[in-house]
Amino acid sequence: MSEASATAAVQVTAAVQVTGVDKVFTAKRKPSVTALDSIDLTVAPGEFVSLIGPSGCGKSTLLRLIADLDTPSAGTLTVFGKTARQARIDQEYGIAFQQSGLLPWRTVAANIELPLELHGVNAAGRRKRSAELLALVGLGDFAESYPDQLSGGMQQRVAIARALAESPRLLLMDEPFGALDEMTRERMQTELVRITGETGAAVVFVTHSIPEAVFLSNRVVVMSPRPGRIRDILGITLPGTADRDEHLREDEAFFENVSRVRELLHGEAPVGIKGVENR
Amino acid sequence: MSGRSPSSTRDRRPAARRSGTTATRVAFGAGGVLLVVVVWELYKAIGPATGVVIGDLTVLPRTTDLAMPHVWDMVGRLFEQTGNGRNAQPVWLAVTQAALFTLGVAAVGWVVGVVVGLLLAVLMQRFRTAESAVLPWIVLSQTVPLIAIAPLVRRWGAQLEFGDFTWESWMSVAIIASYLAFFPVSIGALRGLNSPDAIHVELFRSYGAGWWRTLLTLRLPASVPYLLPALRLAAANAVIGTVVAEVSIGLRGGIGRMIIEFAQQASGDPAKTWAPIFGAIAVGLVAAGVIALLGVLLRRFRRGEVPA
Ligand SMILES: Nc1ncnc2c1ncn2[C@@H]1O[C@H](COP(=O)(O)OP(=O)(O)OP(=O)(O)O)[C@@H](O)[C@H]1O
Ligand SMILES: [Mg+2]
Repeated sequence: MSEASATAAVQVTAAVQVTGVDKVFTAKRKPSVTALDSIDLTVAPGEFVSLIGPSGCGKSTLLRLIADLDTPSAGTLTVFGKTARQARIDQEYGIAFQQSGLLPWRTVAANIELPLELHGVNAAGRRKRSAELLALVGLGDFAESYPDQLSGGMQQRVAIARALAESPRLLLMDEPFGALDEMTRERMQTELVRITGETGAAVVFVTHSIPEAVFLSNRVVVMSPRPGRIRDILGITLPGTADRDEHLREDEAFFENVSRVRELLHGEAPVGIKGVENR
Repeated sequence: MSGRSPSSTRDRRPAARRSGTTATRVAFGAGGVLLVVVVWELYKAIGPATGVVIGDLTVLPRTTDLAMPHVWDMVGRLFEQTGNGRNAQPVWLAVTQAALFTLGVAAVGWVVGVVVGLLLAVLMQRFRTAESAVLPWIVLSQTVPLIAIAPLVRRWGAQLEFGDFTWESWMSVAIIASYLAFFPVSIGALRGLNSPDAIHVELFRSYGAGWWRTLLTLRLPASVPYLLPALRLAAANAVIGTVVAEVSIGLRGGIGRMIIEFAQQASGDPAKTWAPIFGAIAVGLVAAGVIALLGVLLRRFRRGEVPA
């Protein structure tokens, strides 16, 4: 025990440390659902980790626990050494969901500035930051547009810019490209690799797509359902994140990694896994 | 969980303009008024003088000048004197003054009703228990007939006394108007305050925004599309409430009393009866116009408006 804590002290504080976490949903007059069962996971600072697994295996639930949008039934969970609650209050993470969740009555710039505004950044500072972020996601000309004037992919980019607004050290993303077409999706993936490379943020990324997970991640966490467990964690052996570009998708090593994840996903239960795209 | 309300991009586009340009809309409005006039005069010309009676039931009114004056007589009467006495003035002036008075009282009632309705909605949004405790009473309150509460309000008001303040009859009327106005506001605002998607609420939670900040920055703006129809309804209720309460409280100076007074002279001067009714309609139109203006001012918050 003392030995373990000594090693932990030497290491850098993990971005996310999940230890023995269970999540059981109980409802009146219904059988309780074990969404997560003894989950252990560590995400290092700057590391890109994807969660993949069939529908209902608890990926979103795990992400929501990290974000302190829900609380674990058992186990401990820390974000940069703090409790999840404290980390949320301290704005340690930025979050993006499958839907962009932009406020329709705010302009694109005002949407990106929303977290800054809520935390008392002055108007000039907000303007400057939103202009930077708009340039980063390639929407410099759309600052004064309203969300309903943008395409789905553009809205999603605004949502990502908003998640980045306070330069968080951790990004939590739940299928942020799920609603996009394949082409936009690949472009967004390339942009996300570039953005996280530039900002150095750690990312926990939920996805259904094996190629997406392989393309983006340093490690892929493969989960299995009922009860939600981590089946395996796979290190992706590819050139460093900085070199991940469109050519990688044609690369031999890329396909090898895709096959390894696929085998892991299908391995123990070859039939009946739903909700995973093999694209 | 990720597949929550699928508010796709398409849902957010501003409502398509169904009613065309302003010019065509004005033309349709004028056409509607003209149609009423034509039907009125047509029926008056060809309908039986005794009205259409089936069995003992009169299904269509008599067409005599007493029951149905010509439209031009009604309009013409507006520009004649109210009577022969010393205080005589053109009818249109008397009606306008009464209409302004009624409009003022109704506006006070509307404002009070809107404030109370909003406060109740915020309270119910904040505390679940408040919703289950208060909502049934709010609904029940509207089943009490106006005639029953009018004397009560006047009696209670008369007992109020602090310092130089004395309760006046018009205040009783305004209170009754607000009693009718607060109902749609509280119901509409509650729906609106609860309308943000879970994803938005969780986003604000992730920002560590408290209830108050979330109310101001998320829930209130999101409630505007629900609130505007409620405010319109409240305005109509306030006008009707004022006119009726003027009659039951016996407040002079407004349209309500004028309708009664002129109706008593109907046998000798049937066209005059209609003047204050036009006044009441004008008050309603002005009220609706103010709300429409409010809608224009708040149009930013109506992007992606939900069909209420
Ligand atoms: N609020 C809740 N109440 C009850 N059960 C829940 C709740 N949220 C999730 N669950 C259950 O927990 C399990 C995991 O759900 P979760 O949303 O985390 O799955 P997921 O892996 O994100 O699935 P998907 O890929 O379809 O998004 C499911 O069986 C679901 O029914
Ligand atoms: Mg999910």
